[in-house]
Parts: sequence; C-alpha cells; structure tokens
Amino acid sequence: MTPGVVQQLPAWGPLVALAALAVVALSGAMVNGVLAARFSGRRGGGFAPIAEAARLLRQRRRSTVAADELLRRVGVAGLTVAAALKVAVLPVGAWVVSDLAVGLVWFNAMDVLVWAFVWLAGWGQNSVFPLVGGYRFLALALAYELPLMFALTAPAVAAGSLRMGDIVAAQEGLWFVVWMPVAFVVFLAAVLAFSLQRPFTAPMSADITGGVTGELSGVDRLLLLTGRYSLLSAGAGFAVALFLGGGSGPLLPDWLWFLGKTVVLLWLLVALRRRIPQLRPEQLMAPAWVVGLPVILLQVLVVAVVTINGRSS
Amino acid sequence: MPEAILFVVLAVIAVAAGVAVFRTDSMARASYALAVSFVAVGLMLLQFRLEYIGVITVLMMVMEMAVMAIFMIMFMGMNPALMPMDMVHSKKLSAGSAIGLFLLLTAGILLADWPESRGPAGGDLTASLGEAIMEPKMLVMLVISPVLFATLVSALVLANPRGRYSTYPLVPVEDADDDGQGKGQDHSGDSAGHAAHSAHGMDHGAGNSDGHGQHHGGGGHQ
Amino acid sequence: MTLELALIAAAALFCVGLYGALSQQVVVMVMMGLELMLNGVILAAAAFWWFLAPAPDGQVLLLVVIAAMTVEMAMGFAVAILLHRSRQTDMTEMASDLAG
Repeated sequence: MTPGVVQQLPAWGPLVALAALAVVALSGAMVNGVLAARFSGRRGGGFAPIAEAARLLRQRRRSTVAADELLRRVGVAGLTVAAALKVAVLPVGAWVVSDLAVGLVWFNAMDVLVWAFVWLAGWGQNSVFPLVGGYRFLALALAYELPLMFALTAPAVAAGSLRMGDIVAAQEGLWFVVWMPVAFVVFLAAVLAFSLQRPFTAPMSADITGGVTGELSGVDRLLLLTGRYSLLSAGAGFAVALFLGGGSGPLLPDWLWFLGKTVVLLWLLVALRRRIPQLRPEQLMAPAWVVGLPVILLQVLVVAVVTINGRSS
Repeated sequence: MPEAILFVVLAVIAVAAGVAVFRTDSMARASYALAVSFVAVGLMLLQFRLEYIGVITVLMMVMEMAVMAIFMIMFMGMNPALMPMDMVHSKKLSAGSAIGLFLLLTAGILLADWPESRGPAGGDLTASLGEAIMEPKMLVMLVISPVLFATLVSALVLANPRGRYSTYPLVPVEDADDDGQGKGQDHSGDSAGHAAHSAHGMDHGAGNSDGHGQHHGGGGHQ
Repeated sequence: MTLELALIAAAALFCVGLYGALSQQVVVMVMMGLELMLNGVILAAAAFWWFLAPAPDGQVLLLVVIAAMTVEMAMGFAVAILLHRSRQTDMTEMASDLAG
C-alpha cells in the first residue's frame, strides 16, 4: 500500500477547516429548510436556518432554578467542538489540518465525547424531560457503538493503517463502498445516531417536550442545533473519506471532488430523514446487537480474507 | 520546552481534577471531573508518542464516565442542585496515609538511581504494538479475550433483575413487570458495554497489521 | 519532561485515588478512587516505557492495565447493582457482613 501523501496545513489551516465545516453544515440546514417548506406547500425556505439563528441570537437566555450552568454550557457547546475536532484529522483532497497516525480512532473518540456532551446538556438543565432525553441518548449510543467500531475497522484492515490519508489512498483502485456495503450502511446509521437525526431523534422527541432541547433557549439552543448539523456534516465527510474514495475523480482538483461528494451525501442524508419514522430508544438495542453485530462481523471477516489474499498474492 | 510546559499543565489538570472528584458536591460533576482527569492522562500519553493507547484511553474513559454518571445518579438521588455530600469515614486515617504514601513515593522517585534509556523509540508504534500483541505477546491476547467475554456474561448475569436462578421466560411477562425487564436490560447493557468496547479496543490494535487478528478477536466476541 | 516529573504526577494521582478508595462510604465513589489509582499506574507505566525502554513490546502492559480497569469497573457496577437490589443501599457499611 503506498502511503497517501497528505500535506499538513500551516497555522491558518484550522480556521479554513472550521469555515468549511460551517459552510457545509449551513448548506445542509438550508436543504432541510427547503424540504420542510416544500412539504408544507410553501415556496422558498432556504433562508430558514439563518432566520432561525437570528431569532435565537436575539432571544434572551432562560434557565431553570438551580440549573448546573457550567455543565449545561459545556454540553451544549461541546457538540460543535467535537465536530470541529473530528474535521481536524479529515483529509480534504491532499490537505489535512493534523496528520494524526491514528486518525480513525480519533474520530471514534470524538464521537464518544458526544455521549458526554449530550448527557451533560440534558443534566445541566435541571429538568426531568431533558434528563430523560440524555438517558435516551445513552441507551441509543450503547446500541450503535459496537457496530460502529466494527464498521470503522473494515476500512482500516483493508488499508492496513489507521491514518486517514492511507485509507483514502488505498481506494485508488476500487472504492471501499463497493465491497464493504454493510460497513457503509452501519457507518451512515451511526452518523445519523450521533448527530441526533431521524430515526434516532428519541432524545429530542416531542413526547418528552423536546428532550435535550427542552429548556434551552437563545444561544444554547442555537449551539445545540448547530452542533447537530456540524456532526452530520463531519460524519458525511468521513463517510466520503472512508468509503467513497476521498477526493478521487476526473478533471476537477481533489478537494473540490471531496467537498462535492460530502455535500451531496449530506443532502441525501437530510432528504432521507423525512422518510424514516423515529425509533423508540429501546427498539434499537436488540436489532443492533443480535442482527447488526453478526452481520458487520461477517463483513469484517470478508474484508480480512480479501486483504490477506491480496497481500500474499 | 513548550512540550514540557504542556506536560506540566496537563499533569496539574489531571491531579486537580482527581482532587475535585472527592471535593465536589454534585454527582455528575464528580464523574465528569474524573473524565477530565483521564482525558488529561490520555493527552499526556499522546505526548509520549503512545498515540493509539492515548486516544483509546480518552475514548474508553469518556464512555465509562458517561455510564458511571448514570449509575451514580441511580444510586445516590437526583438532585442536580449542589447538595452537600460529605460522606466519609476515617477521614484522618485515609488522608494521612495518602499524604504519607505520596511523600514516601516522591522521596523514592527523587533518590532512586534510574538507569539509562535503552535508545529512542522508533518506527510506527501502532503497527509494532499490533505485531507485538499478535506474535511475541500473543498470550496477552489469548488471556484477555476470554476474560473480557467472561466479564460480559457474568456482569449480565449478576445485574439481571430476574436473578441468577430463575429460568428464561418462554412466555412474555405481563406489563407490570415490563419496567423491571426494560431497566434490567439497560443496566446490563451498561455493564456489558464496558467490557465489550474494551475488547474491541484490542481488535483495533491487532487489525491494522494482520487480518487474522480481526477474525480471532471476532471469534472471541461471539 | 523528565522521568521524575512524570512519576511524581503519577504518584500524586495514585495517592488521591488512595484517599478516595479508603475514605468514601459509597461504593461508586470507592470505585472512582480505584479508577484514579489505575490512572496513576497507567501514567507511571507509560513514563517508564518512554524514558527507560521504548521497545514496542512494552506497550502491551498498558493494554493489560486498561483491560484490567475495564473488567474491574464492569464487575464493580454489577455488584453495586446487586447490593442495591437486595439491601436497598449503596453504602459500604451495609455490606460489611464479613468484617471483623
């Protein structure tokens, strides 16, 4: 396997990465606005996220009595921070902010931080329904985490490395999605889960008065909702890097292909959300562990056998 | 020099967070102070170029602290307002022995004649860890896999609200028992989650150098 | 960043954990003290590895310690649940049947 050549960006790199993440997340939110407007028969709607952000920034921040302010603010702001830290190891074309040798494990570690942040946001509001939302998220997270970890192992085994640059480079001949479709599907499901999108919106559902977003207002609410879209965008970016060949494609430069693929995948995920019902939190554990785990383990077995044969021949 | 400063800052954060675990009044803050301490140690491991183990430490410990917070609140009540929580016994004896041990260890550390280093660390440490655990140190893998599996099973058996002796219900239990079963599933899932994700952490290390390791680890899980 | 500095930090973590493990009355807080002690052990093992013998094989000890910590936490929580279910308490004093 030839190691992927990625060039670490200089000091302005993180700012550019953050800006790119913000732009991609905003595009996802705009598509959501357009689809929501079309669903209710109106025209336009692409301006909805900006209008909502302006409204929330203007709103006064309210909190409950004896709320744990520190933990709530850490929880709410943490989602965007986790997404930004994830993007720090994502190679866009040939550029990366931080060429960590264990980039894939870092990605996994950052979405485990999301567990902590969502629960803290639920706890910090000192109210029953947000706390229930936080607990629901942990119940869903326990269910999807093991299949996600195995789905992340499949591209790592095929590329023989945990570095994101190497995994992207190992897809020169054939994109991983072609022979690891199960891992791709499991990965996308996990991305939807850790960014609190349907079908995993039980932590935020209406039957617990908005759940984790229940008592949030103003800047806190904006940060949490921004964090959801940022995590979805970062997850889509990683899906492109891990399974859809990274920046490969004819004519256009690498980074343009990468951003294009990420944006298209993000829009597909946003459009897909409207068609799926919301899962109850206890409905995920049994299918994920009883059906999901054996299937993804078989997938990893297939990948391992193909890799060994490919190396020895 | 900046490395040394970063190291000292992280060490101070780790110890301060550790002290905060026992000084704070709120259960959630105690659990997450411990999480901060572990994250600081994980970042210190990154400074030692133990990248894989450092990131794995951060991952696993944050996951464990998230679940531990649930347990703390389950057992100790639900008041997120800062309620005085000073439940200790033999405070003087334990503080005295902790401080005494610290002085003893520090004296030993400063006075001991540490040997010279055997040369710098080289090569791809993650790959060499994977190779080490599959070749010379395979006994570790062979022992840890069944131990983790046994932990999974025994934690589930112990935590199951049905108890260790009742048979598996072949007819569905009625709704009155539903909460117990559902909660039992969740709790046992929590304990199982601890062991299972660590077992998978081992597979990460093995998988990137040799595909056999993946299969072996997978077999151990099932 | 010398060996002594890293070891002193590890010793501090270990001793804070020791204080917690000896003094806390609630089972979960005792376990948090044990976690801090193991945290100190991990840091000390990593420091010894880096400064004295950075061979690849040495990292395996760290994995063993992390696995041991995981096993201890899982079993500890299972036992804490059992204690709570049978005696409706989470204090270590209530489980001192074998003491003395």
